[in-house]
Formats: sequence, structure tokens, C-alpha cells
Amino acid sequence: MSANGKDLIIRLDKVCMAYGGHQVLFDVSLEVGKREFLTILGPSGCGKTTILRLIGGFETPTAGEIYFEGQPFSSVPPYKRPINTVFQKYSLFSHLNVFENIAFGLRIRKQPEGVIKEKVSRMLELVNLKGFEKRSVHSLSGGQQQRVAIARALVNEPKVLLLDEPLGALDLYLRKEMQLELKNMQTSLGITFIYVTHDQEEALTMSDTVVVMNQGRILQKGTPEEIYNEPKNVFISKFIGESNIFEGVMPQDGEVVFCGKKFPCVDRGFSRDEPVYVLIRPEDVQTVEPQSGLLKGKVQSVVFKGVHYEMIVRENGHQWMIHSTKSLKVGEEIGLYFTPEDIHVMKRNGVAP
Amino acid sequence: MKTVASRETRNLLQYPYLLWSSLFIVVPLVLVLWYSFTTPTPTGRYEFSISNYRRFFEPVYLRVMSRSILLAFEATLICLALGYPAAMIMVRLGSKWRNTLLLLLVLPMWINFLLRTYSWMVLLGRQGVLNQLLQWMGLPPQSILYSRGAVLIGMVYNFLPFMILPLYTSLSKIGKEQIEAAEDLGANRFDVFRRVIFPLSLPGILTGTTMVFMPAVSTFVISALLGGGQDMLIGNLIEQQFLSTGDWHFGSALSILMMVIILIAMTVVSLTDKGKTFEEGNLW
Amino acid sequence: MVKLRNHASLSKVYILLVLLFLYAPIGVLIIFSFNNLRSTSVWGGFSLRWYRELLQDRQILSALYYTLSIAILSSIISAAAGTVAAIGIHRMHPIARKVVLAINNVPVLNPDIVTGVSLMTLFTALRLRLGFTTLLLSHITFNIPYVVLCILPRLRQIPKEVTEAAMDLGATPPYVFFHVILPEIRSAIFTGFLIAFTLSVDDFVISFFTTGSGVNNLPIVVYSMARRGINPKINAVSSLLFITVFCLLMIINKRDTNIQKLEV
Repeated sequence: MSANGKDLIIRLDKVCMAYGGHQVLFDVSLEVGKREFLTILGPSGCGKTTILRLIGGFETPTAGEIYFEGQPFSSVPPYKRPINTVFQKYSLFSHLNVFENIAFGLRIRKQPEGVIKEKVSRMLELVNLKGFEKRSVHSLSGGQQQRVAIARALVNEPKVLLLDEPLGALDLYLRKEMQLELKNMQTSLGITFIYVTHDQEEALTMSDTVVVMNQGRILQKGTPEEIYNEPKNVFISKFIGESNIFEGVMPQDGEVVFCGKKFPCVDRGFSRDEPVYVLIRPEDVQTVEPQSGLLKGKVQSVVFKGVHYEMIVRENGHQWMIHSTKSLKVGEEIGLYFTPEDIHVMKRNGVAP
Repeated sequence: MKTVASRETRNLLQYPYLLWSSLFIVVPLVLVLWYSFTTPTPTGRYEFSISNYRRFFEPVYLRVMSRSILLAFEATLICLALGYPAAMIMVRLGSKWRNTLLLLLVLPMWINFLLRTYSWMVLLGRQGVLNQLLQWMGLPPQSILYSRGAVLIGMVYNFLPFMILPLYTSLSKIGKEQIEAAEDLGANRFDVFRRVIFPLSLPGILTGTTMVFMPAVSTFVISALLGGGQDMLIGNLIEQQFLSTGDWHFGSALSILMMVIILIAMTVVSLTDKGKTFEEGNLW
Repeated sequence: MVKLRNHASLSKVYILLVLLFLYAPIGVLIIFSFNNLRSTSVWGGFSLRWYRELLQDRQILSALYYTLSIAILSSIISAAAGTVAAIGIHRMHPIARKVVLAINNVPVLNPDIVTGVSLMTLFTALRLRLGFTTLLLSHITFNIPYVVLCILPRLRQIPKEVTEAAMDLGATPPYVFFHVILPEIRSAIFTGFLIAFTLSVDDFVISFFTTGSGVNNLPIVVYSMARRGINPKINAVSSLLFITVFCLLMIINKRDTNIQKLEV
């Protein structure tokens, strides 16, 4: 679902944001398509929540402009935006029960009582909270409060739903379940979701598009597969999944030198003898007989991780992390094998691995 | 063995205060209750009677009672009207200013209320600062002191901080998130106030109301100093019965009645809370 | 939040007016205590005349003496008795504790005038002559509840395991009290003492009903003077009392910022 020109719903154009002289966003440009599930991923303090607050209307950009369906949007107050938010701490109204929390937006719009009743109960069904109408929000569990918050936002039929780390407070099992539910809701309702999280796994499972941010800048935008398989730089590769990163040199297109050997690869577009970083995912490294491997190493440690074994292999002064379903013995001599497609070459950009 | 030892000390430590509080808190109230239900007989003994309470329903005393309640009610309303915006503004200030203001609001509460009341005598008197100011502006002097208005001013002045502080406390507990959530759901500033801020500040309004109403309805100092003893309040009536008229039986009945009024006011206030905050969002 | 900026200056003006309302009367009061004239509205130059007259006023000096001695005695006794009471209450059976706390709260919640007249009837029934003793007893009565309310929260913060561990290590109950509990609640006791002292200096209504035989504290003297009309000497007394309370408050506030909440 690419965001080509006519399908755009939100566009950020060189947006800057500063709080009291402290700049948190630098020239952020971003396009969000209709019915897209876009996730902004980054460590805390990277500016992802600020982007959400700008779109929601709780902040005004210090420079740049936000467009909604092609119209400048920065000066529209939050209550006039066809956008709703699921807040990080849910922010339910503690003086209202479940029904009234969900009905809040409808009452503001002076909907007739019958419509309110009908819409709220439809929402309660959608989020699996039928029969909870009269309950006080304090009596709900974290997951239930979360669902009330989602229903409260969705009942207004917003064009865009903003979600600010909505699953952060839930335990692992509930989080997985809600991830699926959210994705299903988004597909069936056809609403644009902009989702903010620091959890890379969450980002990769749910999204159509992932935007990786750090220190107020967008580093990469792409499908989950692109982000995972072809991270643009070391930061992204380290932030998403685990990785082996080595210093290397590109003598020419399709060739890279690292760990003291020359390997064929699929990357091009680097200048001659350009210093680079080389990324190989732990699950892409195969362990073979010492003589049939590209490199030789000795197993240093083996840790069982549930689905796979995590092994550290020492190879001529380099450490390799390898994920494999079969276990090896510590001290065993092995060979390492990977294909040219498993090698990802990244520019250095002055970032240390 | 050790638990036995600790149980013994436990028993010993609770008795002194139990004894003291019974003697100096419970017994006096029982005595007042006893006085209120008795009258002296010509033979020098006492007999059970409800005549003290019946006497209260004479028009003179009913007027005193209604005047007290009305004045206290007015003072409470004015305090609420003045205090609510002040508390709202304080909540929105930066933390440095907010703490200073809080201190400035608490401070007058600790100044002896006699002095606070007396200061208005100085301001409102015939030769007072206010009249000097009026004269200086070429306006005719007013006689505000020793009037009902002066008593009202005195009450508002004395009890305003008691209204602002609980209001401030409850308003400051409302998270920015709840307000943003409301705005996000389409509420403009008026909606936010009506549907979120106001209902969430109800506990503060109720506490503030009780804290102003209670001392206002029971005061005798403010009316004695600023009202000049013309408009008697129930407090003045009680004081008079105990210190000059010497009819302790009637005075006790009045004291009991005053406690009942305050109890009713507190119950009404807490009932309104339950009825409104928990049903639904539609308050108006 | 953004839209409020337009009203920022209006808000400031409003807050300033509220503060003016709260402080102007006291300010005028203090300013005119330094007036050379008898008037409290026409300025006749700076002088300490009324303060000098205070020093020669036997009535005021005796009231000062009684105010201070009652305040010191009652706050010390209340602090000690309140500590014992608080520990006793803390260890009570929950139901008994509820009852005693309810009784404890009566003087805090009841209108002062009712507390005053009820104590007055008690002293009369006990055939005590109204005077110094009755005044002291009354002050102790209304002070102890505040001391208890000060200390109880601190006691609740001491984990039960600490005292149990001490006893397990061989400490006798008195040893536990002096070496485990007391150090924990020492600052709460002192705060309670300061509050008791302040309340005692400040009290008018209850004192008014429970004293006699010429034993008057400063508030009572101020009241009787004020009933007769405006008097610059009251201004001087007021200023002194204001400064005293102000200093006490600063000390309490430095010690524990939660006291205001307790009062409210």
C-alpha cells in the first residue's frame, strides 16, 4: 500500500519542533496514505510521540507545515480534527463509566440518544466488552481499559487513529493478542492508523509501513521486510533485530572485504574502496563442517533461547552471534557459511557500530 | 512469650487517651445534650423538657437562624465564585509561581482571624481608609461598617483560602491527559470545562463548600465586630446565652441545633456528590 | 493550553486582585501600627509610639504572659500525651481505633463555639473555677487531636517487621519504643508540638468560653478592645502576632510541607 500522491491523507513537510530552545524534530517530512498502518519506531526521546502530538493538534510546529487531505492543518485545534488518539496512559475519564467514556465524543457532537446507544454498543462488541457498560473504569484491568480507550476513539469514526504506545502497559500475552486485534480492526474498518512504539517486534508484525526515527530525524521508511533486511545504517540494524556488524571496504560493486577475506555481494553504488559496515543477521549464518565454510571459528558459548540456540563463535579476532535450531558443543571447531544475499553493506555516515 | 509481652504494653498505652478523650470530648457533649433537654424547676431541680427547642421556633429566633444560614450560604457562594477562577489559574501556572502562590494563600489562614476581622474594621470604619479614599476621589462617604454587607465581606475575607485550597487540590489532580483526551474527542474549551474539569473538581467544590459554610454559620466574632451586634447570628445567640443571659439550657439547645445544621449541610453536600458524579456525564 | 495565552495577562490581573484582597487589609493594619497619630487612616509620620504604649499596658503584658505560658505548657503536654495516644491508637484493634479516631476528630471538626461551651459546662459541672487551669485543660484538649493526626501517619510508615525484628533480637518493648519507634517519629512529634503551639497562641473562641478570673490571653484582650472600636494599640499587637505566627509557620513549613494538607 504505497502512499502515492492521490491516496495521501497526511503529509508532514519539513516539520521542526522545539521546546524552550531544545529542538526535538529536525525537518521531518513524512507521507501517510489512506488506510495505511504506519508505525513510527524509535527509542524513547527520539521525537516519535511529538510527531503524534503534532498530528493530533496538541502542539504547533515551530517550522514547516502539516497537511491533511492537502489542506494546511497546523492551526486547526484538536477538537476540530477528524483524528482521534489512543493515549499512552489511556487517559480514561475517571468520573464516567465505560459507556459514558465511549459516548463522550458522540455527546459532544450532540448525537441523538438512540444513535449513541447503538454506536456505543456496536463498539463494545467490537472490543469484546459487552456487559461492561455500567462498570467504573477503575474496576477494569489494563487490557480492558485499553480497549475502552480504543473504542472511545473509534466510535467517532475518525479518518485517522493515532496510537501512542498503547500496548506498553500490558503483559506479553495480552500484548500479542491486542496486536492481532488492532491489526484486524484496522483492516476491517479501513481507517489510517499511525502507531508509535519502541518495540521493534510490534512494529514489524502489525505495520504496512515502518518509519524508524532517532534523535528527531527520520532514518528510514519502508515495509517491515525492507527495514529488517536492508537497514540503511548501523543504528537501524542494531535497533531492529540482532546483528553481526563488521568494518569492511568495498573495492567495487558486488564485492566486499571484511574479516580479512573478499566476498561476493549484491550491493552496489559505493565509491571505489569506500569504507563500509557489513551486517549479517545471526539467523542467516549457517554452521557447516570447518573445511566447507567460508570462515572458520570456535564455539565459545551456547545458550538455549526457547525456539533456537544462541551461540557465540570466535573467528580470528571477530565475534559472531549465530541463531540455529541445532545445538553445537562449546570448543567445537566449525565453519561459517552465508550467501551473497545475506550480506548487507551500509554506509558509515560517521556512525560507529 | 514475646507477643504476650507486646500485647500487655498495647493495652496500657491506649487507656490514658481513651480516658482523657472521654472526659474532655464525650462527656462535655453529653452535658450539652442534657442541658438542652432540661429546664430548671422552681424547687432548684431539673426536669426533662423540650421547651428549649420549642422556644427556638419563636419568630425572633427563626429569623436569627435563617439570617445565619443565608449569610453563610451567600459567603460560600461568593467564595466559590471568586475562588474557582483563582484555583484554575493557579493550576495552569508554572511550578515555581504556583508554589509561591500556594504559600501566599496558606499564610493568611494562619493569621489570627480576630486580626483579619479587625483589619476590616480599620478599612471600613467611618474614618477608615476606604472612606478617606472615597473622600479623596470626591465621593460621599459610605457607612459600611456595622452592616450586613460588612459581615459578608468579613466572612468572604476570612474563609476564601479555605475554598481555594481544596479547589486547587482537586483541579491539580486532573491530568493534562484527560483534558487532551477530551479535546481529541472533539470537545472545545467550554465542553472540556463542562464535561471534564467541572465534574472532576466536584470533590474540591464540596470540601471547599463545607470548609467555608461551617465556620461561617457558627461565627460570632465577625458579626460582633463588623456587624456591631445589630444583626445577631446564631453564634452570637449562643454566646449570649452562655455568657450574659445565663440560660445554658436554651444555649445548649442552640448548640445542638447548630451541630445538626452542619451535619445536614455535610450530608446534603456528600449526597449531591454521589447523585451526580457517578451517574453520568450530563450535569446540566 | 495554547489558547489560554491570550488570557494570560487577564489571569495575572485576577490573581493579583485576589492577593490584594487577601493582603491589603493586613498591610494597612501593619502600616498604621507605626502611625504617630491615633487615627488608623490619616498618616501622621512614622513612630513606635503604639509599641511603647504596649509595653506600659499592664493588661496586654499580662495577656502576653498567659498566652505564652499556656502555649508552652499545653504544647509540651499535648506533644507528650499525643505521642502516647498515637502509639496506643496505632496498636488498637481496628474497630476500636475507628471509634477513638472518630472521637479524636470531634474537636477538629466541631465548630469552636460548641467545643468552647461544652467544655465550659464540663468545668462548671466539675466545680472547677474558670481560670488558668481550665484554660490549660481546654488547650490541651484541642491540641492533642492535631498531634495525634501528625504522628499516626508516621507510625503507619514504620514496617511491622522492624519492631518484630527488634523483639526477635531480644529487645524489650520499652527498648523498642525508645530505640526503634521514637527515632522514627521524632520529627513528627516536633511538628505536632509546633502546630499545637501555634494553635494555642492563635485560639480565641474556645479560650473565650473556658477562662475567667482575669486570666486572659492576647486574642481575648484584642477582642474586648476591638469591641470598643478601633485602637492603634491593637494594630501594634496584631503586627507582633502576625510576625510571630509568620516565623513559626516558616519553621513548620521548612520541616514538613505536608502540614498545610493536614490542616486542610
